[in-house]
Amino acid sequence: MKVSAIITLKKDVLDPQGKVIQQALDGMGFKDVNEVRQGKYFEIDVKEDDPKKSRKIVEDMCNKLLANLVIEDYKIIEIQ
Amino acid sequence: MKSSVITFPGSNCDRDMHVALKKFGFNNKMVWHDDNELPKSDLVVLPGGFSYGDYLRCGSMASKSKIMQSVINFANSGGLVLGICNGFQILVETGLVPGVLLRNKYLEFICKNVFIKIDNKNNPYFKNLDKEILEFHIAHNEGNYFCTSDQLKQIEDNNQVAIYYSNESGKIEEQFNPNGSLNNIAGIFNKEKNVLGMMPHPERMIDKSLSGEDGSLFFKNLINNIK
Repeated sequence: MKVSAIITLKKDVLDPQGKVIQQALDGMGFKDVNEVRQGKYFEIDVKEDDPKKSRKIVEDMCNKLLANLVIEDYKIIEIQ
Repeated sequence: MKSSVITFPGSNCDRDMHVALKKFGFNNKMVWHDDNELPKSDLVVLPGGFSYGDYLRCGSMASKSKIMQSVINFANSGGLVLGICNGFQILVETGLVPGVLLRNKYLEFICKNVFIKIDNKNNPYFKNLDKEILEFHIAHNEGNYFCTSDQLKQIEDNNQVAIYYSNESGKIEEQFNPNGSLNNIAGIFNKEKNVLGMMPHPERMIDKSLSGEDGSLFFKNLINNIK
């Protein structure tokens, strides 16, 4: 199954890249932006046909490698 | 005294560290990241560089490489492990020292000399050192130290801050903070003080004609402390 996960910085962690992107957007005329937060997106094709098991495998990967839980949160957004 | 410097794919300060350790009397061995066993060592150094091209997060891939299990065991049994720059990033990714290193606050790669104030001399790295303020070199893009407020409290309660960014008279203020690090923190110990991670490079300050000699003081003192 293909599992999609996103990893974002926790709310209280400064995201300087997001800030700069927001400033650039502002300069381009996008004035209605409250905040931009940048994150990472992973698509992982696992050798497993059960959605529940697939989710577990990718959650384990997020906990052990893909995310650093001191500063980041992860979310499984799609399993197909 | 025996030391080992681990070379990861993308390490680039490993040779400088080897030269520095040799110069001050260590019998140093270079160890490849894919090896299983650490040679008998009194000190293990994780050098600076861009291990695995800084993929995913700086130091994250290197922290999972084969040799690291031996390094972690060595650290947990009280062995001295020193991580410089990318080595510090690898240490935080292994969890041997707390916190993380974020991208520099102003998104610039910083390459310059800085002054650091030694906060804690009750450890094998800084014990007996004559000076409190040293001039070291920094060169990094992700050196912005961060940890949660709970972690910070623990770090402070256990005297785990090793060094702060300061000015040349040892004043620790925001204006002397090059990268946005929490409380100007430049280096951190583990709880037991046998593992030290720091962003500044002592190995770049071992020759008067090239840079400076505060790194020489650091290494001379370190080998005397280990003897």
